[in-house]
Amino acid sequence: MELAIKNRIAPTTQNFLTPKPKVKSLRVFSVKCITSLSSSDVAATGVADRPWKTSDARLVLEDGSVWSAKSFGARGTQVGEVVFNTSLTGYQEILTDPSYAGQFVLMTNPHIGNTGVNFDDEESRQCFLAGLVIRSLSISTSNWRCTKALGDYLLERNLMGIYDVDTRAITRRLRQDGSLIGVLTTEESKTDEELLEMSRSWDIVGIDLISGVTCNAPYEWVDKTDPEWDFNCEGRGDIYHVIAYDFGIKHNILRRISSYGCKITVVPSNWPASETLKMKPDGVLFSNGPGDPSAVPYAVKTVKELLGNVPVFGICMGHQLLGQALGGKTFKMKFGHHGGNHPVRNLVANRVEISAQNHNYAVDPASLPKGVEVTHINLNDGSCAGLAFPALNIMSLQYHPEASPGPHDSDSVFGEFIKLMKEVKQKA
Amino acid sequence: MTDPDMADRTYVTPLTPELVEQVVAKERPDAILPTMGGQTALNLAVALAENGVLEKYNVELIGAKLNAIKKAEDRDLFKQAMKNIGLKTPPSGIGSTLEECIHISEEVIGEFPLIIRPAFTLGGSGGGIAYNKEEFEVICKSGLAASLTSQVLVEKSLLGWKEYELEVMRDLSDNVVIICSIENIDPMGVHTGDSITVAPAQTLTDKEYQRLRDYSIKIIREIGVECGGSNVQFAVNPVDGEVMVIEMNPRVSRSSALASKATGFPIAKMAAKLSVGYSLDQIPNDITKKTPASFEPSIDYVVTKIPRFAFEKFPGSLPTLTTQMKSVGESMALGRTFQESFQKAVRSLECGYSGWGCAQVAELDWDLEHLKYNLRVPNPDRIHAIYAAMKKGMKVDEIHELSFVDKWFLTQLKELVDVEQYLMARSLSHLTKDDFIEVKKRGYSDKQIAFATKSTEKEVRSQRISFGVTPSYKRVDTCAAEFEANTPYMYSSYDAECESAPTKRKKVLILGGGPNRIGQGIEFDYCCCHASFSLQSAGYETIMMNSNPETVSTDYDTSDRLYFEPLTVEDVLNVIDLERPDGIIVQFGGQTPLKLALPIQQYLDKHKPLSASGSGHVRIWGTSPDSIDAAEDRERFNAIIKELNIEQPKGGIAKSDADALAIAADIGYPVVVRPSYVLGGRGMEIVYSDDKLVMYLKNAVAVDPECPVLIDKYLSDAVEIDVDALADSHGNVVIGGVMEHIEQAGVHSGDSACILPTQTISSSCLNTIHLWTTKLAKSLNVCGLMNCQYAITMSGEVFLLEANPRASRTVPFVSKAIGHPLAKYAALVMSGKSLNEIGFTKEVIPAHVAVKEAVLPFDKFPGCDVLLGPEMRSTGEVMGIDFLVAIAFAKAQIAAGQKLPLSGNVFLSLNDFTKSHLERLAKAFLGLGFRIVSTSGTAHFLELKGITVDRVLKMHEGRPHAGDMLANGQIQLMVITSSGDSPDQIDGRQLRRMALAYKIPIITTVSGALATADAIEKLKSCKVEVMALQDFFNVEQQKDYSKNLQSASSSL
Repeated sequence: MELAIKNRIAPTTQNFLTPKPKVKSLRVFSVKCITSLSSSDVAATGVADRPWKTSDARLVLEDGSVWSAKSFGARGTQVGEVVFNTSLTGYQEILTDPSYAGQFVLMTNPHIGNTGVNFDDEESRQCFLAGLVIRSLSISTSNWRCTKALGDYLLERNLMGIYDVDTRAITRRLRQDGSLIGVLTTEESKTDEELLEMSRSWDIVGIDLISGVTCNAPYEWVDKTDPEWDFNCEGRGDIYHVIAYDFGIKHNILRRISSYGCKITVVPSNWPASETLKMKPDGVLFSNGPGDPSAVPYAVKTVKELLGNVPVFGICMGHQLLGQALGGKTFKMKFGHHGGNHPVRNLVANRVEISAQNHNYAVDPASLPKGVEVTHINLNDGSCAGLAFPALNIMSLQYHPEASPGPHDSDSVFGEFIKLMKEVKQKA
Repeated sequence: MTDPDMADRTYVTPLTPELVEQVVAKERPDAILPTMGGQTALNLAVALAENGVLEKYNVELIGAKLNAIKKAEDRDLFKQAMKNIGLKTPPSGIGSTLEECIHISEEVIGEFPLIIRPAFTLGGSGGGIAYNKEEFEVICKSGLAASLTSQVLVEKSLLGWKEYELEVMRDLSDNVVIICSIENIDPMGVHTGDSITVAPAQTLTDKEYQRLRDYSIKIIREIGVECGGSNVQFAVNPVDGEVMVIEMNPRVSRSSALASKATGFPIAKMAAKLSVGYSLDQIPNDITKKTPASFEPSIDYVVTKIPRFAFEKFPGSLPTLTTQMKSVGESMALGRTFQESFQKAVRSLECGYSGWGCAQVAELDWDLEHLKYNLRVPNPDRIHAIYAAMKKGMKVDEIHELSFVDKWFLTQLKELVDVEQYLMARSLSHLTKDDFIEVKKRGYSDKQIAFATKSTEKEVRSQRISFGVTPSYKRVDTCAAEFEANTPYMYSSYDAECESAPTKRKKVLILGGGPNRIGQGIEFDYCCCHASFSLQSAGYETIMMNSNPETVSTDYDTSDRLYFEPLTVEDVLNVIDLERPDGIIVQFGGQTPLKLALPIQQYLDKHKPLSASGSGHVRIWGTSPDSIDAAEDRERFNAIIKELNIEQPKGGIAKSDADALAIAADIGYPVVVRPSYVLGGRGMEIVYSDDKLVMYLKNAVAVDPECPVLIDKYLSDAVEIDVDALADSHGNVVIGGVMEHIEQAGVHSGDSACILPTQTISSSCLNTIHLWTTKLAKSLNVCGLMNCQYAITMSGEVFLLEANPRASRTVPFVSKAIGHPLAKYAALVMSGKSLNEIGFTKEVIPAHVAVKEAVLPFDKFPGCDVLLGPEMRSTGEVMGIDFLVAIAFAKAQIAAGQKLPLSGNVFLSLNDFTKSHLERLAKAFLGLGFRIVSTSGTAHFLELKGITVDRVLKMHEGRPHAGDMLANGQIQLMVITSSGDSPDQIDGRQLRRMALAYKIPIITTVSGALATADAIEKLKSCKVEVMALQDFFNVEQQKDYSKNLQSASSSL
């Protein structure tokens, strides 16, 4: 905390390590977490002890800033890209969203952990993100569905978290300078310079993160959205078979499609297009996933092979892969979109939808061939948020219609996918 | 908002359908926007739609249509609407017999506990919560008996359920966004306006939050609010997450105002644009300027709102919180964590707490049972009972079981107690820098740290600053820092990075008034805003500091910069250190900033900070704190008065009971007694005898040398005068307005109706008043505003009652009555301009008459008496303006909610002190065709004068009595001056409460009754006409204006 306080007074001199030219090197997960069994967050109530924990962790960013903080969850050293998320709710869904692989997620909402974690709010089988950065770790949990405290959950999953750090100051930095690589450590033996070097020698651009998060083999998905939480029970008709490419798929995409009445087969990211076509699906879904779409040419190839043969729907990474497959370009955004409050204009329905977003890359619509329509626009920055190529039965969204976390405004897009499959089937 | 330059046309007129129709007929508007003026405006819109006015004049309702308003407001229609979209509401029914009630309990609801609420009762008696059938029948029986209409509402009890609110906005293109979620710390059962609330909601997962969001969107669509803001309230069962819809307001509400301040998203401003056809995505976000308004704010801080109450002003009513709102104001605070914002909100309340805990609170002395009761029954001080319970070792679980306050909040508070324990065991010198950071991050004030470490606030401050631990200011930007904010709306926190970025411009810090309370309301905020506007136009950067979310001053666009902060010495000095303004203005925000003036002055004298603009030192502008103190300190003030040869009522300062009796004997009864240094007449009383004086000293205030009691001669039947004057630093004084009170001296000036210009005051008395006011202003070196109160006796003697060298409650009224913005002038005067330069050199006597009337909240406080006295109790005021005095008075009465009858029976009951006026009063009403109804004493007196009276029994004398006549609609107006004796305390009070319940106008002063008689006479003979404020001044400008100007008093 001491360093951070000084940052305020002289943010550019005292505590900044000398910037060095950035060395690009493609190393992933160079550091592993080590689990500590010591319970790290017990507030002492005795008179003698301080009723708070003292700082025992550091976050070093590649811009040279050092942030002292308090650790929870696993201990050790971890490197990753720091991104901020402005969602007020849904930290458990964010923790289990595979799209965050390789990233530290900084939550701008200061109080995290208030509702603990529960069985229903998991978005994948494990946590793939690099770590969690928050302002204040809840000292208790309050929720009827809570089964575990956040700190215990991170510890079990061998994930590092830090709290009591000025998350707003870091967010402002990310906003100004773009996403930054950072190193998180609880190891006192490591010097700031070593950590800085580590952050500068790591990169996330051009790395295939998808192969680390996808499933190993195809499987059937049957769960629908639990009736307790279902909010849109309209438009269920015929049953369509959808093959979902798992680039890091969130379970809620599957639950929503299932709720709309589809039979789903989930396949790994490297599943050949030919195998998919053999299964004669009514539609194919390209899921969300982590990292850089340019780093997975094999996936782009698969997408290309499927185009025109079957109706397809891309979400997030799936949308970017479609963009590339259509011959367009993707680029890395300054700090991306991560939150649950982004206004999107749906040009087809002519309405504004408040959307959940989580991406660092975007499709450049100018680079797309003729015939491809931009169907959705992010109103905050005008970026492309959705595409359609009716000639080839393609639709895609850059953001997350399945929400979880986030608003349900765009849920009807699943109905449109059903409609697309229906039309194609009827024509055939 | 009623400033003539705020709108093109401004009507200061009672809000009745008849008069609004007149406005519609005159102005022929295309549309009416009914969703901004609260319930009053909605009700008016419904009335105008239903009586055909809208159709007749072809006026469109925009924002919400009639159907939507009805669907949201009508209990049954709302329930049906919710059922249509598959949402649950608490099952309930209205029964008028025991059998019906049992049917509701068994068939409609089917489970206990049940809430039984009698409709239309006196004193809210007869209701309760039933946990079993037997209890249910007992409560229903008593409820049916207590209800004047023999009806009770039986409802499923949601006791202990959590309460949430969502602020929703919709545009004409059907885009819907949620602006803010709010979680109530006080669970179901307490009106949301009386609850401590937190934004954003803290204990909902995403799935649960999105469910409420989906419901809110469905609701606004189903109810059919076409565009604008709405507020939806939900109850959530903490055990299984079951959701019930409680209510929906199809308009912007108190919560919208709070949500706007909490998020930086100006709901009402946006709603207005939506109502004329803009869609959300066409309007830029006011703060980022680059992104559209069609988004949902994300906030990276916690907001806490705490209501402020005034139960001590309403003896007889229990300080219990229910679904009837009783708070009079609120404070809001922002912090990076709940603890920080909560502590700041507690100290912002200005109720004597420097934060939560770390103080010798009264609750610590309570026994366990008393504490438990106060945890169980919601009351204004429950958070302090929680503190005391925790200090006594009560576990979070137990406190939760008693209070149903969510454990998340309770554990946060428990940690504060742990921190306090840690601090208590240490001395200041042992605290490390890290300790300071950790403690300050939890919102502790220096005062609290001083209490815990047994040191002084000053020591804590200097130790803290020596460690370099100072607050950093974060910005409210609607987007959690995702986009750059152009608007400097700030709050303090002890976090790393400060975003304040103060400028080097010439600038002024204006201290606001803090939470609204009785005696210090929006009148002061009006002054602060006007000061800001005028100094901005004069080229200054204005910086506002305030903690009240209900104000215009805390709109981020009112001043150049806004600090939403508590108004305490510590917080103000922090802002002064950071901003180093050229000037600090303390005289516009009422008592709150005045109390800070001396400590600020001491700090400035000691540290002599240079202003950031480089032009000299930081100074307090306007009248010096020393002069302010001279006017407040009785002994210093007496010396000045004596020197200036100004008369004041005989009196003295009593430091013991014996002193008091001696002084009273010397000056003669009746006397006014009050503790020294009070606001709003707190604890003030008129005493007629030694016995009563002794009783007062025994019961009301303990006298000791530290807290003396002031005893003054009470001037019976004197007319009270209020004067607002302006003085510049060049020695010029101009009278802003002289107001004649309608109620006699002795009724608090804030509760009294008053007239401008004066009507019955002789020119010699007015001359004396001018002379004295000018002398005083000069003697006190007033720079800015000054308010004086005088009393003029029947024989024409003038006495000075009070002088306050600051903006007064009447400044907005006077400004609107005379058409000159006095507060704006005052701010310019403080910046060094002369009255001559401003062009305000002569008192303005308008050709029209303006009447101010107080609005009293007695109906919200079951059990309290309705008599007016020296203690202020009004919570608002209205203005009537006309060319005829009686009509201006009638307008003010109608606006204040009194329905003046034109015929019928008047109930007269006068005490011995006022009996001398009885004959005149009775004849006045007889002359208007009223019949007089009286009980024995008054009747006997009148009969002796040969006046016919219908005799009626007092309530304790048997039946049928006066109460029965009231209930049967046989009394249309009541005039009661209380004797204050014990039968009256029972009989009279009950009758007065009944009149209140039946909405029969009740007048408790002779002068008020006489003015009412005049008003009724005029109402019978002429039509009430409305006229725009702008026209009053235009008409007068066309006349020979100079005739109406009196010579400037500065020439004296």
